[in-house]
Amino acid sequence: MSEKDNSISTPVLTPKDFDSGFDVRWCPGCGDYAILANLKRVLPTLGIPKENFVVVSGIGCSSRFPYYMDTYGMHTIHGRAPTIATGLKCSRPDLSIWVVTGDGDGLSIGGNHLMHAIRRNVDIKILLFNNQIYGLTKGQYSPTTKQSKRTKSSPTGSIDYPVNPISWALGAEATFIARTIFQYPDHMQTVLRRAAEHRGVSFVEIYQNCVIFNDGAYRYATDKEMRYDNIFELEHGKPMKFGRDQEKGIFLHGLTPKVINYKQAGFEESDLLHHDENAQESTLAFFLSRMRYPEFPEPIGIFRAIQKPTYNDMLDQQMEEAKRNVTKPLQEIVNGEENWIVT
Amino acid sequence: MENPQQIKNDDENIVRKPIEELERVVIRLAGDSGDGMQLAGLKFTSSSVILGNDVSTFPDYPAEIRAPQGTLAGVSGFQIHFSSTEIYTPGDQLDALVAMNPAALKVNISDLKPNGILIVNEDSFTSRTLSKAGYSSNPLEDNSLAKYRLIPVKITKLNREAVSSIEGMSSKQVNLTRNFFALGLISWLYDRHLKSTISWIKQKFKNRPMIVKANTKTLKAGYYYGETNELLSIQYSVPKAEMDPGKYRYISGTQALALGLATSSQLAKKELFFGAYPITPASDLLHELVKLRGYGVKTFQAEDEIAAIGSIIGASFGGSIAVTGTSGPGLALMSEALGLAVITELPLLVVNVQRAGPSTGMPTKPEQSDLLQVLFGRNGESPLPILAPQSPGDCFDLAIEALRIALKYMTPVVLISDAFLANNIDPWKIPLLEELKTMEVVHPTTAPMSSDGRYNPYSRNENLVRPYVIPGTKGLEHRVGGLEKERVTGNVSYDPLNHEEMVNIREKKISGIVKDIPLQRVHGPSEGDVLVLSWGSTFGAAHTACKNLRKEGLSVADTNLRYLNPLPANLKDILNSYKYVLIPEMNKGQLHFIIQAQFAIKTQSLTKIQGRPFHVIEIEEEVRQIIGGLFDE
Ligand SMILES: Cc1ncc(C[n+]2csc(CCOP(=O)(O)OP(=O)(O)O)c2C)c(N)n1
Ligand code: SF4
Ligand SMILES: [Mg+2]
Repeated sequence: MSEKDNSISTPVLTPKDFDSGFDVRWCPGCGDYAILANLKRVLPTLGIPKENFVVVSGIGCSSRFPYYMDTYGMHTIHGRAPTIATGLKCSRPDLSIWVVTGDGDGLSIGGNHLMHAIRRNVDIKILLFNNQIYGLTKGQYSPTTKQSKRTKSSPTGSIDYPVNPISWALGAEATFIARTIFQYPDHMQTVLRRAAEHRGVSFVEIYQNCVIFNDGAYRYATDKEMRYDNIFELEHGKPMKFGRDQEKGIFLHGLTPKVINYKQAGFEESDLLHHDENAQESTLAFFLSRMRYPEFPEPIGIFRAIQKPTYNDMLDQQMEEAKRNVTKPLQEIVNGEENWIVT
Repeated sequence: MENPQQIKNDDENIVRKPIEELERVVIRLAGDSGDGMQLAGLKFTSSSVILGNDVSTFPDYPAEIRAPQGTLAGVSGFQIHFSSTEIYTPGDQLDALVAMNPAALKVNISDLKPNGILIVNEDSFTSRTLSKAGYSSNPLEDNSLAKYRLIPVKITKLNREAVSSIEGMSSKQVNLTRNFFALGLISWLYDRHLKSTISWIKQKFKNRPMIVKANTKTLKAGYYYGETNELLSIQYSVPKAEMDPGKYRYISGTQALALGLATSSQLAKKELFFGAYPITPASDLLHELVKLRGYGVKTFQAEDEIAAIGSIIGASFGGSIAVTGTSGPGLALMSEALGLAVITELPLLVVNVQRAGPSTGMPTKPEQSDLLQVLFGRNGESPLPILAPQSPGDCFDLAIEALRIALKYMTPVVLISDAFLANNIDPWKIPLLEELKTMEVVHPTTAPMSSDGRYNPYSRNENLVRPYVIPGTKGLEHRVGGLEKERVTGNVSYDPLNHEEMVNIREKKISGIVKDIPLQRVHGPSEGDVLVLSWGSTFGAAHTACKNLRKEGLSVADTNLRYLNPLPANLKDILNSYKYVLIPEMNKGQLHFIIQAQFAIKTQSLTKIQGRPFHVIEIEEEVRQIIGGLFDE
């Protein structure tokens, strides 16, 4: 400790500095480990003093996250992390606040709060660990579980229609939306860094594998053989293509996507749909969010990144304005407009 | 009555009516919600306080936003109790009632004393308005009001005569000034000056000379009507009351609370973060606080009460003074998060403005039925301090006190008020802010570390309070949360003995607050036959009743609990000093339940669950019965 206290300039931080020293209690092989490792790699590179990070979570396996980060942190109650993060950001805009939530925590019990934090554009970073299951309560279906999935609470198959987190976040007008996968460290670090740099709310869906209750939910996206055909990376201004030899491309066919082996068919790259993450209208991003396995390859990367004044900035502006407009001391307000003296 | 000015000039020629002096008077001005009765009531109040009376008032608005005109649901009333002696309630029964239409008469007449003065706007009693109010015959004609001193006045017509000559007045504007005619009349009846109202009108409408002229003219016309009309044979006066010298204003509980919170922010030199979700009757607190943003109050309208308390837990973790305001249903939604604040030991204040329940109940009506919810309405052992203001002005003091406790002891605190206190308007001796004790809040930047070099967020001082370290403090990074903590380190722990110890520590910390709580004081004899133990807004009726009974020579004391958890240290001794303890509450006996359980003392409960405060007489009668029973034995 004393070593750090004596330092004058911001010390160069390493992932180890973010290690809280707690025993990590996730199941061996859980996808959460990879996310923890990647965030620990990204935070030291942001130029933010360690003491200015706060990780806020709800309840779930994923929500144990704050205990494993040597930052300020709060492990709160089920679904409510966005509310606490919102209050904290409004009170302390100087902090870099990260919300860690699960598909149950964020989209079931806490769906309301997540929506409102997003639509207000509070400058917080929201990481939704989507394993399509309730992990902590031992394997019930969640709001993102695929229909017909047999789980502890749906032995003959779930009849719930699942929510599409990206479409949903777009409905709430998120200014930054991205998707990444637990097994792709480089991709995840890029996405997390971009999320951190975005001024406003960042919503990142992270595909995460629960080895115990929903193992293999993302095999199509992580398996060496399968992934080339089932996912593709979004890059701003670039054509959308995928396949082992990048031979397949996405075309806009009316209002639906179409996949064509464009090289075989004799098209040019320039004929393919190009990504524009800065598009003010969310139409393209929404179109992309509807592309789901197995009918389509699933986009990963940044769906949307636009600028809009943040809630906390506007709140502070109003506070400043109110302070500027003060013409009399509080005592005079307390005195009221009408008063009288008793002798 | 065409020219009030002329009558004024003729004043000397008129034989002045006799004036009778009264100790205290209760009046109510009632009309349709569009009739401006609230404003007239407030102005009558102003002129009374300027005369030196003690005053207590109660505005009663309709629950519906735009109730149909002329219906019972649309009636709005303003009750004023003014006195030459100290008073603590807006009064039980009315000495005089002004009813601007049949609906106002119907809703309010049962509160008028026999032989009470009843002034009605005769012009508004038409077959249409009578049937809207549900009258099958005209009560002004069918003798049903015989037991009152009925004074029908053609207010609409007289008002029109007074103002219609003013150039540019539309007929709609003409009718809007009727309340000032009524105010003028009642001001004459009780010998109040018009001066303060006239200067208020001039100030309020300074850019609209026509309105100033109209309101002033009809106000005077009402006054002179009283002076000259033969139905009003006598004028009353209520002399000055003996009051503590000082500067006064009048204030509602909601205003006092908002000012108390803003003052706390200044005393602690810290931003106050108020996150809330609108709910009657607590929304007005948000409205008042938004006006105080220039004084360091940051407001946030959340998406629901769970988010409201979540936001303030976040703000508290960040180091702001954290406050929310709600009513019963909202408090129910906050329960889980309040538990989080208990286990994370973060300071915050929840204001619960109680209303009649269960469920949505009667949103605009007061009740004291959330006491047990506040005490016990959370999972697990989760004690927290509870304070209850006894009067509108007391909301100011206890808001500050509650925050002092929250910040000193790192704990959530609940301030439990009610719809009556929130809207009740009383004179209030204005405090000098510079004389208030500042609030010391320390955020340590260094702290004792454990052997592995980590900060111990659950180390404690002599009061069992953990350090208030906030994010941004270098080297003291730590995590808090809802899982049970290991003592000192704050690490997650499922150790059985550690859990028991932590439950006990949290409980001891809260019960230890007793040393900061003033000893309970009793009005009246320090031992005797009956002690009336009240809490919250029941104070006014209980204290007045006991004062009256003491004047009759009965051995009755009274005391009001402002601290409900922990209870004052000397309470048990006090309770043991009387043969009977009577606890009047606007619920089914919740404090009664607590006192019996905690002290094994037999108490007697007096309950009223009508969405209305106690009347003084109801408590008096109960005490008389108890004392009567004592002598029977
Ligand atoms: C109010 C409340 N209801 C229910 C629970 C039980 N519970 C804890 S976590 C959880 C679901 C977690 O699922 P998810 O958010 O997907 O997280 P995961 O464990 O999958 O990471 C539930 C239902 C709780 N802790 N609190
Ligand atoms: S149950 Fe699933 S999500 Fe939870 S820790 Fe184990 S593998 Fe991870
Ligand atoms: Mg999950």
